[in-house]
Amino acid sequence: MTTDVIDDQSEHDSHDGEHHDHKMTGIKRWLYTTNHKDIGSMYLWFSFIMFLTGGAMALVIRAELFQPGLQIIEPDFFNQMTTVHGLIMVFGAIMPAFTGLANWMLPMMVGAPDMALPRLNNWSFWILPFAFAILLSSFFMESGAPNFGWTFYAPLSTTYSNGSTAFFVFAVHIMGISSIMGAINIVVTIMNMRAPGMTYMKMPLFVWTFFITAYLLIAVMPVLAGTVTMVLTDTYFGTSFFDAAGGGDPVMFQHIFWFFGHPEVYIMILPAFGIVSTTIPAFSRKPLFGYSSMVYATASIAFLSFIVWAHHMFTTGMPLFGELFFMYCTMLIAVPTGVKVFNWAATMWRGSISFETPMLFSIAFVILFTIGGFSGLMLAMTPADFQYHDTYFVVAHFHYVLVTGALFSIFAGAYYWLPKWTGYMYNDTLSKWHFWCSLISVNLLFFPMHFLGLAGMPRRIPDYALQFADFNKWVSIGGFAFGISQLIFLVLVIKCIRGGEKAPMKPWDGAEGLEWTVPSPAPYHTFTTPPKID
Amino acid sequence: MTNGESQNKLSKQAQAKTHDASVKKTVKKLMLIVFGMFGFGFALVPLYDVFCDITGLNGKTSNVAASYNVKSIDTERTITVQFLTRTAKGIPWKFEPMVNEVKVHPGERKTVIFYAKNESTSDIVGQAVPSVSPGRAAVYFQKIECFCFNSQPLKASEDVEMGLQFYVDLDIPDDVSTITLSYTLYDITSSVDS
Repeated sequence: MTTDVIDDQSEHDSHDGEHHDHKMTGIKRWLYTTNHKDIGSMYLWFSFIMFLTGGAMALVIRAELFQPGLQIIEPDFFNQMTTVHGLIMVFGAIMPAFTGLANWMLPMMVGAPDMALPRLNNWSFWILPFAFAILLSSFFMESGAPNFGWTFYAPLSTTYSNGSTAFFVFAVHIMGISSIMGAINIVVTIMNMRAPGMTYMKMPLFVWTFFITAYLLIAVMPVLAGTVTMVLTDTYFGTSFFDAAGGGDPVMFQHIFWFFGHPEVYIMILPAFGIVSTTIPAFSRKPLFGYSSMVYATASIAFLSFIVWAHHMFTTGMPLFGELFFMYCTMLIAVPTGVKVFNWAATMWRGSISFETPMLFSIAFVILFTIGGFSGLMLAMTPADFQYHDTYFVVAHFHYVLVTGALFSIFAGAYYWLPKWTGYMYNDTLSKWHFWCSLISVNLLFFPMHFLGLAGMPRRIPDYALQFADFNKWVSIGGFAFGISQLIFLVLVIKCIRGGEKAPMKPWDGAEGLEWTVPSPAPYHTFTTPPKID
Repeated sequence: MTNGESQNKLSKQAQAKTHDASVKKTVKKLMLIVFGMFGFGFALVPLYDVFCDITGLNGKTSNVAASYNVKSIDTERTITVQFLTRTAKGIPWKFEPMVNEVKVHPGERKTVIFYAKNESTSDIVGQAVPSVSPGRAAVYFQKIECFCFNSQPLKASEDVEMGLQFYVDLDIPDDVSTITLSYTLYDITSSVDS
């Protein structure tokens, strides 16, 4: 794709539009801002804070599991830790980080001056801190925070709730509203704000993946809202959606929840595909192999995600036909996913690869995400799943796809665009330390979990049998090492904001895309005059 | 401002207007999806029930009494029907079947008695919820009369013998030789009071 940019700075300055570059000062700038770059930065910072919060909870879990027996915390508090860790990482860390990247990069990538609905954008960010304040405030209740798992299966969250269900439900409602508004904004921006000449099949793959993800969000977040509403009325208003005594069905909860829950896991991985499909070509100095097959593969994964939900429920006693149907549909997802992994490998094949930190994270993503994908394939096999279900094998699987998958891609994206965001190059030595420490510790943390799970260690249990002690010790050491490694990233980002080597307009010689045609740091307003795409 | 510039500005304004209109249109469409999917979440509840009713999945049996108008009894086959009872957390009742299993021919009518006793010192309303295993046998298990069709109010230390009259449908698949009927007893006093 070649671009012809008319960056008309003089027209920009004399532009008669209101409040250009008239930023408010202090806190008001951030409270009232409708600028996509400001909002993107806030999303990214918020998600990083939530990542550290959820990470601290994971460390509490790993500290308790360092040795068999109960040492540090009570079982009930352990359950609260696993629940809130999951909720925060899913809704507070990964999803807002992607929304932040979308806010920062999408308008620039499609050559738009801002998101289509800037005020809505402000609102969708600013309700998020309140959602998490509500969720976290439940820790100060007498009975504590939600302890029923992030999947809030009824009747754990209804009949046997510890009184935190209302906090949980309203927090999830607000998170859901925020995500839906964010997703609407993304779709409207992509459909209406593309620069002249940018047809759908000329959009960067990053834009495509966010486009499809936004549709998934719009389709399933309302279902989640419905589910939590049913849990709320079951708990407090005497309905019996999930209560067998009143004619409801607790298994139905799992169906409705996973109807949301499975597309949700693709919401957390499709944008990751978009990021590495941007970085791998840049550092291989070759265009992305099989662009259109990537688009179709993403769309097929999104479609298939709606018809595989019951593979989370093989042990609930489904009829054989149901088990076979969901097993084969799930395995079918391996086909478009395989296309993607093949294309990334083919993009690197005979490319002149250089190993800058974004590329290191991207390559780690491809390899480790594939490991997570394979363990997913093992879990998809119904007969085998009866052994793996609710063991640490499942924990290993989804942490491989979410941590070394989604999170590593976010790091790749962050390193890739940090020069564009801050105007300075990041400290290369620190970034290499961050990468290698993360890579080694994350595998020490999650790989032995496969063996623990295969040997039968159940999830969500604060104590375990003695034969699991050695592996758990190593897992905990890996956990703490991984947690501390992330502080390197925090230091690096702060240093990069405050200064460093000046970043050129395009610091990566193989990078493609409109965002590299504007100066670094990207000016407060970009593309007030749309660029022309040939 | 020259003529050209003002014309340029006018066309820009017109462009902005059509742009705003198309943005609004997209937003409206997307909002429709949002509300539609919120409704769909709730629609899944009746859909699920209908689906389970038709297919008998999930071991759900019908909540309405079946009428007995079977013409013949298939004495060639014998089906073992087992009875299980359990009480949900928090209901201090004794609840058990008088016989643990019976053997029936498809089409044959059978009555079994369940015994329940409120062992607490307060009045409690109980509700038994049946479930059939294997799930696909559920649609062939027909209850003519069942205490599970109604709630059971028992005064403190009161006991009761409750009847279940059923038959197994002649069409039951050949490979089903044992049906397990399990009842879970729930305390529904609070929801009956309100």
